[in-house]
Amino acid sequence: MIIAAIAAVTSRKMLRSVIYLLFVLIGVAGVYFLIDYNFLAAIQLTVYAGGIIVLVIFSVLLVHHIEMELEMAKLSQKIIAAVVCLIGLGIFLTTIYSNDFKVVENHKTTSVSDIGMGLLSYDAGGFILPFEVISILLLASMVGAIIIGKGDKLTKNDETL
Amino acid sequence: MIAGISIYEIFTLTSILFFIGIYGFITRKNLISILISIELILNASAVNFVAINKYLYPNTLQGVFFSIFIIAVAAAETALAVAIIINLYRQISSVEVKDTEIMKY
Repeated sequence: MIIAAIAAVTSRKMLRSVIYLLFVLIGVAGVYFLIDYNFLAAIQLTVYAGGIIVLVIFSVLLVHHIEMELEMAKLSQKIIAAVVCLIGLGIFLTTIYSNDFKVVENHKTTSVSDIGMGLLSYDAGGFILPFEVISILLLASMVGAIIIGKGDKLTKNDETL
Repeated sequence: MIAGISIYEIFTLTSILFFIGIYGFITRKNLISILISIELILNASAVNFVAINKYLYPNTLQGVFFSIFIIAVAAAETALAVAIIINLYRQISSVEVKDTEIMKY
């Protein structure tokens, strides 16, 4: 998974890096399966591997010639970025390993109905309001994507009307 | 929880994924590649939410809900970004960051 992630950000062919990203997303879904959240893994597979990857591949094919090689950053810039990332990673890892987590031993499996009840409950700790907000956000972004994608034609029609 | 895998190992994995995403975000010169890096970063944070929920607070489900919201926001964001990129390509025939000088047409 990590090798695929590194390949996704360093590959010079656009389409290949998208396919490497697909492998990373499938690996993340595997982690969800291992932690026993089956519903989340299914969401990950359908939304990411099914939806987002197809969108990105579409845009790559519309925008690029497949064989075109990407322009990469200068070597010095790459080295600086890598050093900054390694320093940040070191800080993260020292913080994580110096902290003592109180791990609770459990083997509970969450069912889909639990998630649904939690999402739609009105009680304290229920997530009904964020659920509504996220649905409005999705609707608004879909409408916005259509308008931006049509762009020129739509505004011209408005002027003639 | 996963038998035989400690929470530290999952945190190490997600930290590495996150910083690979940041490295790609800094070094790439192409709008679609930057989008891919953002996906990596969002995925790392979602896995962190789920792992903390499962290992430390197994009786609640908050982390799962936050991951669902992260995935929904990422889907919306990708759809919008792809629309913007295609529109931009129609106008200036390029998706490189350095050619993108106008925000308004």
